[in-house]
Amino acid sequence: MAWSSGKNNVLPGFTPALGYTIFYLSLIVLIPLSALFFKTATLTWDGFVAAVTAPRVLASYRVTFGASLAAAVINAFAGVLVAWVLVRYRFPGKKLIDALVDLPFALPTAVAGITLASIYSQNGWLGRYLEPHGIKVAFTPLGIAVAMVFIGLPFVVRTVQPVLEELDQEIEEAASCLGANRWQTFRRVLLPTMLPAILTGFALAFARAVGEYGSIIFIAGNMPMVSEITPLLIITKLEQYDYAGATAIATVMLVVSFFMLLCINLLQKWSRRFAE
Amino acid sequence: MSIDIEGISKTFGGFVALDNVSLKVPSGELVALLGPSGSGKTSLLRIIAGLETPDSGRILFDGKEATKRQVQERQVGFVFQHYALFRHMTVFDNIAFGLTVKPKKIRPGKQEIRDKVNKLLKLIQLENLADRYPAQLSGGQRQRVALARALAVEPQVLLLDEPFGALDAKVRLELRRWLRRLHDEIHVTSVFVTHDQEEALEVADRIVVMNHGRIEQQGTPSEVYDHPATPFVYDFLGSVNLFHGRVHEGTAQMGGINLSSPEYALANDAPAVGYVRSHDIAIERQAGDPGAIKAEVRYLLSVGPLVRVDLLLPDGNRTIEVDLTREEAERLQLSIGEQVFARPRKMRVFVDDYQI
Repeated sequence: MAWSSGKNNVLPGFTPALGYTIFYLSLIVLIPLSALFFKTATLTWDGFVAAVTAPRVLASYRVTFGASLAAAVINAFAGVLVAWVLVRYRFPGKKLIDALVDLPFALPTAVAGITLASIYSQNGWLGRYLEPHGIKVAFTPLGIAVAMVFIGLPFVVRTVQPVLEELDQEIEEAASCLGANRWQTFRRVLLPTMLPAILTGFALAFARAVGEYGSIIFIAGNMPMVSEITPLLIITKLEQYDYAGATAIATVMLVVSFFMLLCINLLQKWSRRFAE
Repeated sequence: MSIDIEGISKTFGGFVALDNVSLKVPSGELVALLGPSGSGKTSLLRIIAGLETPDSGRILFDGKEATKRQVQERQVGFVFQHYALFRHMTVFDNIAFGLTVKPKKIRPGKQEIRDKVNKLLKLIQLENLADRYPAQLSGGQRQRVALARALAVEPQVLLLDEPFGALDAKVRLELRRWLRRLHDEIHVTSVFVTHDQEEALEVADRIVVMNHGRIEQQGTPSEVYDHPATPFVYDFLGSVNLFHGRVHEGTAQMGGINLSSPEYALANDAPAVGYVRSHDIAIERQAGDPGAIKAEVRYLLSVGPLVRVDLLLPDGNRTIEVDLTREEAERLQLSIGEQVFARPRKMRVFVDDYQI
């Protein structure tokens, strides 16, 4: 099936279609990425290791991947809840709320960053109530996570929503006829059915958070070793004309992101093993 | 367990799904709710299960009030038209589900569950497929798994909502015979909904014919088929020909023939409709009997064991359908365009809104 290029195929044009796909992906994705590796290769191995394991760089990995992971986890829970409410209940203003979910997609990231920074700052609408309780959001790693939660939410909602909509009500009725209470029905029947979609949403939200720059730098405070994200370090290095150093860090990010996405994909495949 | 349904009514928006329906289902019987779509049969089934609440009326299980009981407490097994299997669970886990969600105190042990599921797998003849997922099964196999899943919790009542509706003709036939044999073995009180009269006639102990949210007639299959109580039942069970005419003092005049219909002895030239099943008409070459109608053969079609003949009545625009056996058709050697005589062997006359 994967190599069905013969004359008997119903869909004509397999060869040009495949050729175009490979050409396009090369042009858009592979060539820029390989350029990254080539530029990195101008460094010696020791130079490369030194560039990517400098203490300040290591700290930025922790902040970036740690906050991304936390944000993706929060989004997985909150996104499922939002999707559930949007699918299962009818209430006035539902259409509006449904549209609001997409706002983080559409808003320029810098606008989001400035807005979040001003709301959570010491004198901001929310910041002024959090500050007395010792909760500092703006200009801390917590603020980075908040920005990542903001930009990642639509990914989970929009992947889980269609799956929930397609869920047959009869499945739940069957479970309750068999004696399952609401919680058992949710945990044993609904959740496993939604899990592949939740994992997809999680992966997308995570990937987006790792690569996010614009909305974070305004709220992060960008203190070295504390609240500096890796993409910012790359920009800094570029501004200092240290191109090889910048691409070295970028390469590490690329490899780590790729590896994590691979793991999530495998997990996802396992969670939908029943669909074959 | 017996089920008593007392004066159940249910409306959805402005639509009356059930209109004051009362019905008794004796313990251990297999009852078919038969009717066209929108007749309220599925609503009634769902109300018995507790998946829907009635606007008024009561449901009694074994004489005890059950109207307010939750679905989970009713101990009903429900089989859905589209199986409603849990697609992320294997066949084994699907069947075991009802046992594994029981409260800890009364939940059977792991080994006990395994034995029970294996026994059910044997009953539905799918022992080899325990580890498959529903997506890997055929429609007939899925419905059998759904049935085993419902039976696993040993329900007091088994409710089936068009259980064979989504299957192809041959599988449907096999599965309904299998269901009949199964019921003869386990004798659980069962109610099944169908719009297929053949299915109801073949499988059920009793048939309840429903239309517009009301019960038109109930009885054994032969009672319902041989003595339809209303024109609707006549029409719904099997193909039927209509003759329009009049009834006067116990004699019906239909399409040029006279019939005695003593039940309308007091009727005074009332408009009436005669119902004749298509296999209750004989075709003859000679107008021997007085009760025969002259007609022209319009169309001949072999349908399996039968030959369907369309006859054009002399008025030129109405046709009647006749089902002949193959033997009869061979004896007659009919050809299209030929003039013949049709003689109804059995006719039931209904006078519109007749009141004594």
